[in-house]
Amino acid sequence: MKTTECLIVGAGPAGMRAAKRLLDVGAEVTLIDRSDMLGGQLTKQTHMFFGSEKQHASKRGIDIMQLMIDEITNHPKLTVINNATVVAMYKDRVVGYVIGEQYHRIQAKAIVLAAGASEKAIPFENNDLPGVYAAGAVQTLMNVYGVKPGHKVLMVGSGNIGLIVTYQLLQADVEVVKLIEAADSIGGYLVHASKIKRLGVDIETNMSVKRAIGKDEVEAAEIWRLDEAWQGIEGTEEIIDCDVICMAVGLAPLTELLQQMGAKIMYVRELGGNVPIIDKDHRTSIERVYACGDMAGIEEASSAMMTGEITGLSAALDLGHAVENYDQEVARLRQELANLRDGPHGEKIRQGLKKLGVLS
Amino acid sequence: MIEKTGVPSAKQIASCFPDKITLKKPKAIIECYKEIPCNPCDTSCPFDAITVPEDINVRPSIDFDKCTGCGICVYHCPGLAISVMQLKDGMVSMKIPYEFTPLPNQGETVNVMNRAGDIITPGTITKVQHTDKMNKTALLHVEIPEAYLYDAITVEVKHGSE
Repeated sequence: MKTTECLIVGAGPAGMRAAKRLLDVGAEVTLIDRSDMLGGQLTKQTHMFFGSEKQHASKRGIDIMQLMIDEITNHPKLTVINNATVVAMYKDRVVGYVIGEQYHRIQAKAIVLAAGASEKAIPFENNDLPGVYAAGAVQTLMNVYGVKPGHKVLMVGSGNIGLIVTYQLLQADVEVVKLIEAADSIGGYLVHASKIKRLGVDIETNMSVKRAIGKDEVEAAEIWRLDEAWQGIEGTEEIIDCDVICMAVGLAPLTELLQQMGAKIMYVRELGGNVPIIDKDHRTSIERVYACGDMAGIEEASSAMMTGEITGLSAALDLGHAVENYDQEVARLRQELANLRDGPHGEKIRQGLKKLGVLS
Repeated sequence: MIEKTGVPSAKQIASCFPDKITLKKPKAIIECYKEIPCNPCDTSCPFDAITVPEDINVRPSIDFDKCTGCGICVYHCPGLAISVMQLKDGMVSMKIPYEFTPLPNQGETVNVMNRAGDIITPGTITKVQHTDKMNKTALLHVEIPEAYLYDAITVEVKHGSE
């Protein structure tokens, strides 16, 4: 069986930043990812990022990704395993993964889990018809592979993902008929909402999908108004002519591997669902196993970079590496994170982290 | 209201503009109506005209005496929430961010839109700025009649992108 000092599962912003911190102090790192490229969700983030200069604000996600890849590739102590799906994790830090049909195992002294999240879906009649997509899939098709998902899109959900993917659909010359939101106000940044509204995409709140219409694929959507209890109101139905229903209705941390390992998990609605119980340094309940990025609670990619760095530093320390100015570095990263989580849009995350006990 | 539709009120829009005498020179109009953790407008401004304090969630403030209307903040703003406006001989000369292909050509007549996405007037593209350092956000210079000063915000996207 292969061995490594630190195994990082997931090569998105959190995983790559953790890798950088570990490599910096001389640790030997194996980075494993299911995709054929590094970058995780950043591979499709063609928009400019928010935040401050420290998180590369104003740069595009794909360019930030390239900076992070350049920081770590060709490092003599880094091994990258691509196209590998991690399917098993045990308490002795043995990890099983599959490449093609082949099962492999690797044992690590420390494991950093940065596997991200999965997209949520909402139930409605015919939601299994071709043409019903999750927003991440639409973004991957367009921005990674250059494929239009369809011609006329109904967007469901007004969080930042729904708003940004709508804008990117317009950039790909795909019509977005309407964006609907079940809550009574827009969830994401208003600047993103204004950006699509001025290009003619109407945003309607208190609305949801009743059913998809079509025989072999989506031919239309029936939407309806919701009452205060989020129940559809009979008689308010409206038929929307579209061939794509795109759901941007939230993300859920991918905690299954940790559950399999027996790590302590807690349901925290504000963080997206089940999340691992971690301490302030991102240690899970299992010795030398850590969680960061969206896997530890759904946030923006900029925050994932920061939590990845904090996690890389704590893993390095636990593995016995000398980390120069550890206290100062971690304090600085925590302060940057606090800045990102401040303000009205960070309210939910702050509440969630309080429940988890990592924020007082 | 903006929280439901994405369209700011006339009062909100007016609060972002200086008086018309000040606008004889080009000035940045920053439409950042809600606190978000973001400060590239501040850090990109070469004239120290825009301020976001250490808590980057605080909305930016602008000193119109210092602002030269250069447009650098316009293509650095991740929210595409900044434009530059100038009044000149009964016309408005606007600089707006644009992230679509194909780009319009100088001299072309385009449909100018308001914040609700309605076409309000034709406008003339007087210049297209698009250099490498602008990181794929072009600046369109558009000329429209002064009557549309508080309404115009972008131009209709041309179809047939590559």
